[in-house]
Amino acid sequence: MSVVITQVFNGFSLGSILLFVAIGLAVTFGLMGVINMAHGELIMVGAYMTYVVQQIFAKYAPQSMGYYFFIAIPVAFFVSALLGWGLEKILIRHLYHRPLDSLLATWGVSLILQQIARTIFGAPNVAVLPPEWLDGGVRIAGVVFPYKRLFILVFVILSIFALYIYLTKTPAGRRIRAVTLNRDMASCLGISTRKVDAYAFAIGSGFAGLAGCALTLLGPIGPTIGTYYIVDAFMVVILGGVGKLIGTVLGAFGIGLVSTLMEYSTSATMAKVMMFALIIAFLQWKPSGLVSVKTRSLD
Amino acid sequence: MLSVQNVTAGYEQSVVLENVSINAQKGAVTAVLGRNGVGKTTLIKSIIGLIKPMAGKIEWEDEDITSLPPEERVRKGIGYVPQGREIFSTLTVEENLLLGFEALSKKVNPAQILAEIYELFPILKEMLHRKGGDLSGGQQQQLAIARALIGQPKLLLLDEPMEGIQPSIVQLIRDVIVKIAKEKMVGIVLVEHSLDLAFSCADYFYIFDRGTVVAQGRVSETNMNDIQQFLTV
Ligand SMILES: Nc1ncnc2c1ncn2[C@@H]1O[C@H](COP(=O)(O)OP(=O)(O)OP(=O)(O)O)[C@@H](O)[C@H]1O
Ligand SMILES: [Mg+2]
Repeated sequence: MSVVITQVFNGFSLGSILLFVAIGLAVTFGLMGVINMAHGELIMVGAYMTYVVQQIFAKYAPQSMGYYFFIAIPVAFFVSALLGWGLEKILIRHLYHRPLDSLLATWGVSLILQQIARTIFGAPNVAVLPPEWLDGGVRIAGVVFPYKRLFILVFVILSIFALYIYLTKTPAGRRIRAVTLNRDMASCLGISTRKVDAYAFAIGSGFAGLAGCALTLLGPIGPTIGTYYIVDAFMVVILGGVGKLIGTVLGAFGIGLVSTLMEYSTSATMAKVMMFALIIAFLQWKPSGLVSVKTRSLD
Repeated sequence: MLSVQNVTAGYEQSVVLENVSINAQKGAVTAVLGRNGVGKTTLIKSIIGLIKPMAGKIEWEDEDITSLPPEERVRKGIGYVPQGREIFSTLTVEENLLLGFEALSKKVNPAQILAEIYELFPILKEMLHRKGGDLSGGQQQQLAIARALIGQPKLLLLDEPMEGIQPSIVQLIRDVIVKIAKEKMVGIVLVEHSLDLAFSCADYFYIFDRGTVVAQGRVSETNMNDIQQFLTV
């Protein structure tokens, strides 16, 4: 029994991490249709920002070390958002409707960002010490639930909830949805589609920063941490169904649960290969993903 | 107030409008008539800015707006109701209406504007929380007009607002057009198929054929029979 609970929990935990790396992509790729290969590096930037904030705390405010994470969250969000905003202004805005060009160009950007990270922080991984209050875990029915994993789960749920509220309840979110649905009509109502593109991209990038922040809780970080997650992130968004947040959520937890179950019965590499095969087979059967945009009831 | 001067416009390969000039005045309804495919929608899209003219000039309140993007034309007081309505189908009726406020840069009292809109189109008030795509054609048309009116336009472009709509709603839309033209002094460019309908509410008319204006004038000084020839298929 406890084995099952552990596996299911691990599945949700992996799902929460996948969801985190995919939320930002759900906005930039899912809603806006931009293939941003530098998304992983925006995650990396968020992770390094967390590292920087921790270093600053260690040096100037060691007594309040326990709270550095709460400063790191907004810093990671805004720095990645700003970077994404600049990227959109300088590069991506000229490449809408040219998927291959934007793929190559953003791939180039991702290499540049990795090199910049190497120059500033060095090639070896650096460790971010998670706050002490996240050490340990709760023991329920003989199973230990680590606080860090629980924290990430709660963090990602709050993040996706915030994004959902932003998109559905605020005027800015309404503008993003209008532009996504019908760009010409949105502009004919007085919406500046250029501005909307820029801030939607900034928001997607900001969520990548949050993902990076969360990843520091799991282990050391390095310049290539983004490349490790980028494929998974695209898989989640495509499996979930482009353009629907709920699809991304289902896709992430679906992949998380199935992966951990397969890893339990085979090796990790084998599980990954099988997972990819499964996803591809599923997409053959349902090309638009778990939740198709035409569904009216699920929003 | 709106002056389209010698505009040539079209799509990638094909030129649709050739050397077209029309004017529209405040508080007047200007009807644009013509058979299918003569370029009426192309004209309206050029005025709102979705199509960049290949030649010619578009002036609005004595300012050259030929190169402005749609959103800036809309902010200057031009409202647009496209053919086919273009409601955001997965957004609610209320969200569609709220998007109408995007045209206004100055601070306004939304409640008052919405109250006026519900008075013109009572059905919308009952449907606020429905998805735009779940509305009937006639309801969507009312929503599209309401959404444009919320932006308090000084000029309203209506591209076949009566297309495929039952007679009672046609009557309602016609009355709204006349009302906003006369009471709010809004200028209206009305694209229509039916000569009878156009003449029942318009002050001026232009008839298009194959991308050019073939007849124009005041409705009050024109005999319908004289121009019927341009519209029969
Ligand atoms: N996006 C497009 N690309 C290329 N050609 C187009 C496009 N839209 C319309 N056309 C062509 O331009 C011509 C004029 O079309 P337009 O839509 O302006 O006609 P219309 O007068 O509005 O007709 P209707 O009464 O059917 O609405 C037609 O021959 C049409 O085939
Ligand atoms: Mg037309």
